Amino acid sequence: MQWASWSAFFNMGGYALYVWVSFGLTLLCVVWEVLALRKRSAQALRLSRLLAQE
Amino acid sequence: MKINWFKYSSPQTFYPLAGKMIPWFAWLATILAIAGLYISFVIAPTDFQQGEAYRIIFVHVPAAWMSMVIYIVMAAWAGLGLALNARLSAMMAQALAPTGAIFTLLALVTGSLWGKPMWGAWWVWDARLTSELILLFLYLGFIALQSSIDDPRRADRAGALLALVGVVNVPIIYFSVKWWNTLHQGSSINMGAAPKMAATMLLGMLLMALAFWMYTVAVGLMRVRCIMLERERSADWVKALSLGAK
Repeated sequence: MQWASWSAFFNMGGYALYVWVSFGLTLLCVVWEVLALRKRSAQALRLSRLLAQE
Repeated sequence: MKINWFKYSSPQTFYPLAGKMIPWFAWLATILAIAGLYISFVIAPTDFQQGEAYRIIFVHVPAAWMSMVIYIVMAAWAGLGLALNARLSAMMAQALAPTGAIFTLLALVTGSLWGKPMWGAWWVWDARLTSELILLFLYLGFIALQSSIDDPRRADRAGALLALVGVVNVPIIYFSVKWWNTLHQGSSINMGAAPKMAATMLLGMLLMALAFWMYTVAVGLMRVRCIMLERERSADWVKALSLGAK
């Protein structure tokens, strides 16, 4: 274990901004990409259903 | 047992198969990412030169690796699609491009966030950074070119040519730190030489890279399924599927 306390962990030796923004942006991209693809799939299926019912 | 691979090269049969594969890759990615993050933040020691800022390496290097690996895989699928006139191959190439672009952007942004505290600059026109930026433009160019041509088969061919020509940039990125004097540090891992970093740091980086790889497969399959539905909208199998899925 490298950390004396939770606040030392969050502080990242003074580099908190750089480290947490890097990891946060990566997480954000992953979540956004998965949600966007789910939406796209649902939309494609909805449109095909409308075409099929015509 | 003989597997008929051609059977899976039709969207109609590949669609459900891909659907079955997605959860496996998603779970693998999640487990590997949890293990990788645990090692990155709890086990890996503080760097004697860079303090805690070096921990950016655990997203930066895997993202940069994936940006190059995805490009090569994308170009291979595009080339296969061009050579064999196989529509599924072209769809795979198209499905990988946005994920590759995202990883390239992440490599650039996290690199910038690492460069600021270490070099004192968000950006320098160094060979490594510049060639990675060109990679981003290649991905964006591929996506824009494909979406600007209405006929999907023609779009596939034009995109494939761009993707194949752009492959030349990948070794330039990889070897840039050797060929030129760069501010960017040398490779973290060299083939044929012992790693210069602590074993736990290396393990964290490899686990994160594997997690990103499994994520890429899962997301690539999700996107290729969307592309199949969109391109084959008027096909009977898509209509039947859409009526079944509520």
